[in-house]
Amino acid sequence: MWAYVIRRLGESLLILLGISLVTFALLYLVPADPARQIAGRSATAETVANIRAQLGLDQPFHIQYLRYLGNLLQGDLGRSYLQRTEVSELIAARMPATLLLMLATIVVELIIGLTIGAIAALKRNSAVDQSLMVFSFVTISAPQFVVGILLLYVFAVQLGWFPIGGYGTFAHLVLPAITIGLLGTGWYSRMMRSSMIDVLAQDYVRTARAKGLGRLRIILRHVAPNAILPIIAMIGIDIGLFMSGIVVVESVFGWPGIGQLAWQAIQRVDIPIIMGVTLVSACFIVLGNLLADLIAPLVDPRIKLK
Amino acid sequence: MTADRDNAGREETSRPVLSVQGLTIQVATPEGPKPVVQDLSFDLRRGETLCLAGESGSGKSMTALAIMGLLPQPMARIAKGSIRLEDGTDLATCSERDFRDIRANRISMIFQEPMTSLNPVMTVGRQLTEVLLEHRACTRAEAPGRALELLRDVRITDAERRLKQYPHELSGGMRQRVMIAIALACNPEILIADEPTTALDVTVQAEVLELIRALQREHGTTVLMITHDMGVVAEMADRVIVLRHGRQEETAPVRALFAAPKTAYAQELLDAVPRLGNAPARPAPDRIRDVVDVAELCVRFPMRGGILNRVTAQVHAVEGVSFRISPGETLALVGESGCGKSTIGRALLGLVPWQGSIRIDGRQMAGLSAKGLKPIRRDIQMVFQDPGASLDARMTVGRQVAEPLVIHGLASGSELNDRVEMLFRRVGLTPEQMDRYPHEFSGGQRQRICIARALALGPKVIVADESVSALDVSVQAQVLDLLRELQEEQGLAYLFISHDMAVIDQVADRVAVMNLGQIVETGSRDQVLRDPAHAYTRRLLSAVPIPDPEHMRPPVLPREGEVGSPVWPLGQGPERLPMVEIAPGHWVAQGASLKVA
Repeated sequence: MWAYVIRRLGESLLILLGISLVTFALLYLVPADPARQIAGRSATAETVANIRAQLGLDQPFHIQYLRYLGNLLQGDLGRSYLQRTEVSELIAARMPATLLLMLATIVVELIIGLTIGAIAALKRNSAVDQSLMVFSFVTISAPQFVVGILLLYVFAVQLGWFPIGGYGTFAHLVLPAITIGLLGTGWYSRMMRSSMIDVLAQDYVRTARAKGLGRLRIILRHVAPNAILPIIAMIGIDIGLFMSGIVVVESVFGWPGIGQLAWQAIQRVDIPIIMGVTLVSACFIVLGNLLADLIAPLVDPRIKLK
Repeated sequence: MTADRDNAGREETSRPVLSVQGLTIQVATPEGPKPVVQDLSFDLRRGETLCLAGESGSGKSMTALAIMGLLPQPMARIAKGSIRLEDGTDLATCSERDFRDIRANRISMIFQEPMTSLNPVMTVGRQLTEVLLEHRACTRAEAPGRALELLRDVRITDAERRLKQYPHELSGGMRQRVMIAIALACNPEILIADEPTTALDVTVQAEVLELIRALQREHGTTVLMITHDMGVVAEMADRVIVLRHGRQEETAPVRALFAAPKTAYAQELLDAVPRLGNAPARPAPDRIRDVVDVAELCVRFPMRGGILNRVTAQVHAVEGVSFRISPGETLALVGESGCGKSTIGRALLGLVPWQGSIRIDGRQMAGLSAKGLKPIRRDIQMVFQDPGASLDARMTVGRQVAEPLVIHGLASGSELNDRVEMLFRRVGLTPEQMDRYPHEFSGGQRQRICIARALALGPKVIVADESVSALDVSVQAQVLDLLRELQEEQGLAYLFISHDMAVIDQVADRVAVMNLGQIVETGSRDQVLRDPAHAYTRRLLSAVPIPDPEHMRPPVLPREGEVGSPVWPLGQGPERLPMVEIAPGHWVAQGASLKVA
């Protein structure tokens, strides 16, 4: 088990290295000039050139990247160009808000998604099944900023049930968590449905019926535990979906997390922040997948970590 | 058991424990409801074993599921008839709620696939206690003790440890024992066993059948056994109902049926059963040259572990196997599941990495690139066990048979079409069937298509891996006939891999018996099957059910020592068993006990 964890963490470092290289290269190729952003529109070409030299942006790509990597290995994510603060401090300050949103989102997704999927599977091919699958299809296809704005308009502006934006109370959490969660809900319900249908046809479910067990007991004890097995791996992938969702949704709801930080930094080409948030997100995705793989053998005794 | 059989005729006055009258089961198809069981009537008498025998599609399993109220919904339903218990309850109209008290309590069922019939994420202990608690057969506190007793009842070794294990940690035979323990937990009057040993090795089958008989004696359970295997019928049944296409062909006490079947179909069915020792002698093939020459073949699969995921151990699937086959000769490889027989077939086709030497028609395959292997591959083809799974469901069968010719660039256009037509005719199909898809054919026809595909390249060698095991006996006999004709016509060499001793007796010139990746005995068919020298061979043969109720098979010989494992740490391996020639061409592995002459 420990050998497995260490090997996986080693692999994760390689993945992170690759991600840092790709992101750094993309930002290098972006036509916008960070020095011009810092200096302002009215600054002279000379000032801009000075700033560029000061930040080392005039160096060739490989020098810039190796310097960034060198600092990174010492735990230094660099300083924001515009906010004049350590990137690590900026991210740390905004992490709690994002983690809270992540937790709430996963709870929403699992509760709604698994329930919908299970009901659809049990009522397979009925009108209920079809409407639930149409619903899940809509949640998968709808762009998150549209969903966010719609929810804001109906539940915050018109009905006034929830605050329009911000952070602090449980009421603030509900709409952003549902907005991001709906996408995952769609995926989970579709996976749960097909997984349940699969399990319902298994021989051991027939055995359970032959034992004279009741329907509810068969579903809870024999069908559900087997049906969620493929979904556990999905939770790791889902963190990736979440990370891509927060950039837009945190901005729509004024949620002070790292997604909003990234949004602001992207607009101003604040490269150290963009790099920092990307790497932190990548860490989450990598760790989320590792966690999912570590949980799997606890739920399914047939899986052995090697 | 003999006494039971003699009494079978006399107990007709007592009330049956189960009475099926005019049972008709319909299955919904796109063309409308189709009956799969028609007007079936029988009584199940207390303490007897009644066998429902028939080939696939005879409706025997549907009947069993109908009795349990487990017909697949909503496709299948009981259209007519009644299924009455002793107290008059009609199971044909019983509600799901009432059925819950009947299942496991009064009627239990065990299924064909012990591998998939147990919940993989629940311990054996919990699956046992669950049924006890559901039917309040004992209190929560008593349940673990009762579960342990049940496991001991079904003769499971190390029962205490098994309670905490999961199904995948048990062998197939043990899982079927657990299923039997679950089925008998609440002491039901009736046990329905649906092909309970079909998926098991023959030695394990013998043990499980013995167990069912012993438990039946101890508990007085009435058994309704569903099987396609007339050997199992002869061994287990007091009375037999022969079913065909959902209709009752013949109902008779087992001895009467085997001695003098009244209907032509029952006669046919019995005639088609391959019998060990009844096969005619085969002409000795000329041994001028060997078309297959395998020497010191090893197949090892790596097992990885540790931080760097390096190979830490190996599965020694095949260990130093050597054999030869001449043109027109059939070598049968036999052994229990996991012995490595199928792996040898795959190695010959280059489907698994191997070491050693394989020569096909004199050409060495070792060390050749994919390109170098291509011409050799034309000479060796394979026919697999499951013809349904080895055909592409979305391609017409004609195109599938043509594919090898296209890949090897041997024919195109109208010539290709002519050759495929010829192949279809040769295996007993019509050229009109070329444009159809696999699902439009029966199992036997599909296997003919697979044979046509294997023949397309004009091979010299065919590896037949359990090629007739999934087929009904009558179809099996026809496919074996086809294989024999093709062999005589084209001088094909067969490597015939099978677990079925009776089939091997029909087809083999020579037999090689495998255990744990090594050949333990090899010789002519008569040497190995009539005069087995190795203890393992004798044990295998002692377990084969004999389709003759007058013949009492002695209990299966005990296994000698522990069941070995083919997994070895890196650098280690099993001891190579030296072979000794005890008669011309009859080689037996030393080390294990030899037959005392």
